[in-house]
Amino acid sequence: MHVLVPVKHVIDYNVQIQIKSGQVVHDQVKHSINPFDEIALEEAIRLKEKSFISKITAISIGPEDVKPTLRHALALGADQALHIHTDETLSTLNRAEVLQAIVSKENIDLVLMGKQAIDDDANQTGQILAALLQWPQATFASEIKPGDTWEVTREVDGGLQTIAITLPAVITVDLRLNEPRFASLPNIMKAKSKPCQTIPINEFNLTEDQAIEILEVTEPPKRQAGTMVKEIDDLIKIIQEHCA
Amino acid sequence: MKTLVIAEHQHDVLSPLTANCIEAANKLSNSCDVLLIGSKLDTIQKELSTLPSIDTCLLVESPKLSHPIAETYAPIIADIAKSYDVILMSNSTQTKDILPRVAGLMKITPLTDVIEIIDNETFKRPIYAGNAIQKVRYQAQHKLISIRPTAFKPTGETNISNISFKSIQPTIPQTKTSWVNMAEATSERPELTAAKIIVSGGRGVGSKDNFKKIESIADLMGAAIGASRAAVDAGYVPNDYQVGQTGKIVAPDTYLCFGISGAIQHLAGMKDSQTIIAIDKDPDAPIFKVADYGYVGDLFEVIDLLQNSMATS
Ligand SMILES: Cc1cc2nc3c(=O)[nH]c(=O)nc-3n(C[C@H](O)[C@H](O)[C@H](O)COP(=O)(O)OP(=O)(O)OC[C@H]3O[C@@H](n4cnc5c(N)ncnc54)[C@H](O)[C@@H]3O)c2cc1C
Ligand SMILES: Nc1ncnc2c1ncn2[C@@H]1O[C@H](COP(=O)(O)O)[C@@H](O)[C@H]1O
Repeated sequence: MHVLVPVKHVIDYNVQIQIKSGQVVHDQVKHSINPFDEIALEEAIRLKEKSFISKITAISIGPEDVKPTLRHALALGADQALHIHTDETLSTLNRAEVLQAIVSKENIDLVLMGKQAIDDDANQTGQILAALLQWPQATFASEIKPGDTWEVTREVDGGLQTIAITLPAVITVDLRLNEPRFASLPNIMKAKSKPCQTIPINEFNLTEDQAIEILEVTEPPKRQAGTMVKEIDDLIKIIQEHCA
Repeated sequence: MKTLVIAEHQHDVLSPLTANCIEAANKLSNSCDVLLIGSKLDTIQKELSTLPSIDTCLLVESPKLSHPIAETYAPIIADIAKSYDVILMSNSTQTKDILPRVAGLMKITPLTDVIEIIDNETFKRPIYAGNAIQKVRYQAQHKLISIRPTAFKPTGETNISNISFKSIQPTIPQTKTSWVNMAEATSERPELTAAKIIVSGGRGVGSKDNFKKIESIADLMGAAIGASRAAVDAGYVPNDYQVGQTGKIVAPDTYLCFGISGAIQHLAGMKDSQTIIAIDKDPDAPIFKVADYGYVGDLFEVIDLLQNSMATS
């Protein structure tokens, strides 16, 4: 069984982003793998260790800059990497179409991916991909039990929901699914000899989707820092005033 | 602009977020239609009649639709959506699951988590956990939009609609998804995203037992309970208490938090609250940069004192 894990190269979650002339500053800013994708990859590796799957392909869509994230995925345990090269930012629909093409080309049985990319916070790609493939989907997974049907527990607003799906399928993962491992030095070295293929975007014959055009990016309104209360009795009064 | 609002409901009760969605729809057109999908819709139908500006309510009812499974719901919605210019849903985990799947079937990129409607095709949405705001032009034959409910609070306007109801016989697709169960966090407390007061706790609370103290003050105040991811991960509280970029987005009148440092991912979920009161023992905790009132000290001391004074008053 062959699993595809899309990995997005994003500004690191610890970085306080900067905005200059209507855009988010990317130059000289630390980037890393989207944290949710790292969790998806970890789950794929654990499934492989338990022999539920046999092969893991990591894929990233973007400019040359995304390569370090693919190398990181190889060092963690992906067997091969695909870099879909484009300097444009594709819409989520176009990204899902690229993944759909790869799914059929590589005979993928399961796509395991993050529920959202922490830059655009879109939370769309997995669900769109599942629709395009006409596959079942299980989003926001916090537990995955493989079997004849796969039981997936999902983090939803009212609590924890469990559904069962039959493969092939798309599963998107939430934060509590697992704790990703670190890449060991020998594995980082070994990753250098693993296959990493680049495919130019024009090989996909996409109809460019321009439904969403970004006009500008601005800072959110800033909250004024308030007052520090020194005396605990004053604090209690303030709390009671506001929480009556 | 033919506008369709897709209503959400649980346990035969209309979700309060539907009113927020109608509020957003009103910014685009004078009236809208509402789509209700489910298995027992009669009480929800009655509740809908108390909301303003609704023209027609489309009812898709079947015992096979009792659980909101994306694979089942999406084709039904996609079919109906073809007759509308704009389709709106209030952002919830259910919407996040279903709307992009509808979009995939219609081959249209959706616009998720809209916080401002400037005109028919110009919208604002947060990116980077709310640390930046994107202004976009969105043009599509059928616009598929989810709105952030806290940004569209209903005005309480009561030009009650004169709704007509129309049943639609669904073709229910064969799917490869089946329902297993729902482990529900049952609680008498107000719903987190609709609460006026939220008391929340973080890693600083220290244990599940200690968290009970937070719960007891929240109950004295009639407040909902929130938590940081660290508190959820540590097992102090269930997952649906989590506030933040990847949890719930809240904007109560008062957000009172204990032992939450204020990581960007947490702030993303609560910094639109009207008044923030924070208690943390670390004077450098970033939560104090957004708090209207901050207190540096031991949270348990504050909780005990608060509990005593509330018990006597
Ligand atoms: C992709 C991603 C998504 C995330 N999404 C979310 C999200 O949605 N929501 C979220 O909350 N987090 C999220 N996080 C996690 C976030 O980065 C922080 O790790 C988390 O919010 C920290 O929780 P905390 O403030 O409770 O813990 P800490 O940062 O450990 O803070 C605990 C605080 O308690 C104080 N304290 C300890 N004891 C006492 C005492 N006795 N009295 C007073 N104060 C005390 C300490 O001084 C400290 O400031 C996400 C992280 C990632 C990577
Ligand atoms: N450019 C990309 N390259 C690879 N994977 C991506 C890309 N964009 C999105 N994804 C995948 O889609 C998931 C959801 O992203 P989004 O819908 O943008 O929030 C991410 O967690 C990734 O797994």
